[in-house]
Amino acid sequence: MGLKQNLHKLKEKYQGKKMAPAFNALHTFLYTPNEVTHGGTHIKAADDLKRTMNTVIMALIPCLIFGMFNAGYQHYRALGEIQATHGFLSASFWTLDNFMVGFWNILPLVIVSYGVGLAVEFIFAVIKGHEVEEGYLVTGMLVPLIVPVDIPLWMLAIAVIFGVIIGKEVFGGTGMNILNPALTIRAFLFFAYPTWMSGDKVWVHGAVARDQAIAAGQNLDAISGETILGAFAQKDSIIYSTWDMFWGLIPGSVGETSKFLIIIGGLFLIFTKIGSWRIMLSTVIGALSMGLIFNSIVDAGIITESSKFYGLMSVPFWQHLIIGSILFGAVYMATDPVTASQTNRGKWIYGFLIGFMSIMIRVFNPAYPEGVFLAILLMNVFAPTIDHYVIQANIKKRMKRLKVKTA
Amino acid sequence: MSNDIRIKKGLDIKLKGEAEKTIETAVVSNFYSIRPEDFHGIIPKLIAKEGAKLKAGETVFYNKDNEDMKFVSPVAGEVVEVERGARRRIMSIKIQANKTQDAVDHGKFDLESSDAEKIKAHLLASGCWPFIKQRPYDVIAKPNNTPKGIFISGYASAPLAADLDFTLTGKEAELQAAVTALGKLTDGDVHVSVGKNSSSPLTSLNGVKTHRVSGPHPSGNVGTLINKVDPINKGEIVWTVNAQDLIIIGELLLTGKFNPERIVALAGSAVEKPRYFKTKMCSEVATIIYDKGIAKENHVRVISGNVLTGREVKPDGFLGYYSNLITIIPEGDDYELFGWNKPVFDKVSTTRALTFSWLQPNKKYALDTNTNGEHRAFVVTGNYEEVFPLDIYPMQILKACMYQDLDEMEALGMYEVAPEDFALTEFICISKQPHQKIIREGLDLMIKEIG
Repeated sequence: MGLKQNLHKLKEKYQGKKMAPAFNALHTFLYTPNEVTHGGTHIKAADDLKRTMNTVIMALIPCLIFGMFNAGYQHYRALGEIQATHGFLSASFWTLDNFMVGFWNILPLVIVSYGVGLAVEFIFAVIKGHEVEEGYLVTGMLVPLIVPVDIPLWMLAIAVIFGVIIGKEVFGGTGMNILNPALTIRAFLFFAYPTWMSGDKVWVHGAVARDQAIAAGQNLDAISGETILGAFAQKDSIIYSTWDMFWGLIPGSVGETSKFLIIIGGLFLIFTKIGSWRIMLSTVIGALSMGLIFNSIVDAGIITESSKFYGLMSVPFWQHLIIGSILFGAVYMATDPVTASQTNRGKWIYGFLIGFMSIMIRVFNPAYPEGVFLAILLMNVFAPTIDHYVIQANIKKRMKRLKVKTA
Repeated sequence: MSNDIRIKKGLDIKLKGEAEKTIETAVVSNFYSIRPEDFHGIIPKLIAKEGAKLKAGETVFYNKDNEDMKFVSPVAGEVVEVERGARRRIMSIKIQANKTQDAVDHGKFDLESSDAEKIKAHLLASGCWPFIKQRPYDVIAKPNNTPKGIFISGYASAPLAADLDFTLTGKEAELQAAVTALGKLTDGDVHVSVGKNSSSPLTSLNGVKTHRVSGPHPSGNVGTLINKVDPINKGEIVWTVNAQDLIIIGELLLTGKFNPERIVALAGSAVEKPRYFKTKMCSEVATIIYDKGIAKENHVRVISGNVLTGREVKPDGFLGYYSNLITIIPEGDDYELFGWNKPVFDKVSTTRALTFSWLQPNKKYALDTNTNGEHRAFVVTGNYEEVFPLDIYPMQILKACMYQDLDEMEALGMYEVAPEDFALTEFICISKQPHQKIIREGLDLMIKEIG
């Protein structure tokens, strides 16, 4: 194998040089290294961090592909060029036209996300002399999936730089961060450029451009596509069926709409033992609990139709799961092992509170039509506290054992 | 009395090359080497300088902190080389064996009428004391302590481990003498674990508490036994002895002679005919590994001990003081194209991330020494707990050791653990962290700061 030997020679050439981490990152992408064990166990299991991250990416790919079709579908539907369709296998959804619109608009998001993010990672690795860690492989795939399709690329680039540096590198890189980097990026976009992250214009490709054209004096019909949560907040009628929401034929961030594919991805992550089923399940339970509480408040007549909270509170509790991004958050975001609780019991509490808070923020704060990313970031901050108390229980048990003995 | 212990969390790593149950007598080794490195934390004070003539069982060096604790020569011969490392630390003491063997005779020991002090003095003087280790800290026991219990594991669950039921056969008298003596050294009991359906000679001992253990590795680790029977609290001490070392202690008590003979398994996927050998501790591994073992030019790793906790030795190196196993596996210093994302069928994994060892739970693997990935910060959580049966948070205690927080290490259960308890978590670690080293350094820090 010529390539293998040539790369090996290059590796030795770069050894100890400043660029070594950058070279090694590319080299180990092609070949798992020839490192052998020293001291400790002489054999090691097959999994490494690259494989782990790669598994998550595989679980995300269906959401990305679906997002591309959906972007085109929402675009043409808003323009009135195609009729609304229903069902996951609908022929007028899976068309090449739809796909190409999504492809040409979402691929740049992916490229910018990976290009900018990995560039920052490489720079930090070279400056600090550590290896390029794999955490960004997943973050870079998550970011395009949680933003609106028309987000300007320069905004995304700035947000990615912010998120990788402030969200991760200042803490010491992958494994050390407190906040989920992908959500840090989204939070930055949300608070820095709110007009591009919410409202009824940003979720459909072309809507903003159309608005600008109208403002410039052209005689065109405005197009819009608000999310279901936006419609609730505006007290508009919901034009999508429950099945539309489940299959994902609705406006929303790129990859969050298809609950069906998210569930498939979640099951895949649970099966491969890469994602924590405890967190996924408890988040869902938490969301359902909050939904039930709201439902019973409405049933008890405490909140009436005149209240601005009535709409979302009266949504059947289970429907909260297929509205918005709660499932996407539960499967791909809350389960980030670094920022989640690290103890098994802690994971139950952490997940439950995420689900609970997400629905609470969703209902009570129409200014932010979706609360999932805020709830996860909030619980990221509290995860170490949860772990602390879980571990204290173990410590107390040990202390008690000692006291029983000495008493 | 028998108590069952069932372990659920753990992992049996099934490897090719299990030793066949036949015993051959190994070629007699010309040289023997004692490595102070085997006795963690002991600073040796050398008595037998280069050129000294020794009988078998005669003191080579003693413990600088406790002059009574002798370390003795396994054979009669002449000290030919004292290898020293940095700051003149003694690395090894090489002894050339005489043609005719003679041994120091301590005389038959009268167990009946002896008290703890007499037994201790006898074991210390005869070189048998180093077989007794203590927890906390996993070091050689301090003779002036009285442990709350003594634990012996007679069930070897580690990959390719020598089957103790087989190697202890016929040694009932020695084992009984040893445990009777040990029983007098503790206020509590002598706890012995055996496999669930074992017919080990250990099951017929008097004066011990027998525990039948089952379940995946580390069910046979003595640390697991202690944790399930009587966990160590702060201020408490337990002692542990390897089952095969009981024979040497027992024989000393019965005959007065230190007999370093031991049955050693030769195992591993690189070995042509894995089997058992009768040899002596500290002998050259070359006397064992080449006869229907490995070819000279093979690119392999020779390990004194098992693949999880053993020490790498050169093919011209020596068997360790405590080990009853030589494992030989292929070295893995080669690159693998797209090794991180392609499906894996020939390696062990606890996940199912395109790794397929879960499909064939009984398949035996020929693993090599490749790390299968690079060293990373801790990222994945929850996977260590699946293979770690102790009631301790493994990742948290590892991190506490890394940032050297003594209070936290103590609170999380550092007194209960030894590096070998973290061998499985190290094996499955996705971030390829050196868990055993981290724990060892943590324990050493505690010895230094707390004592």
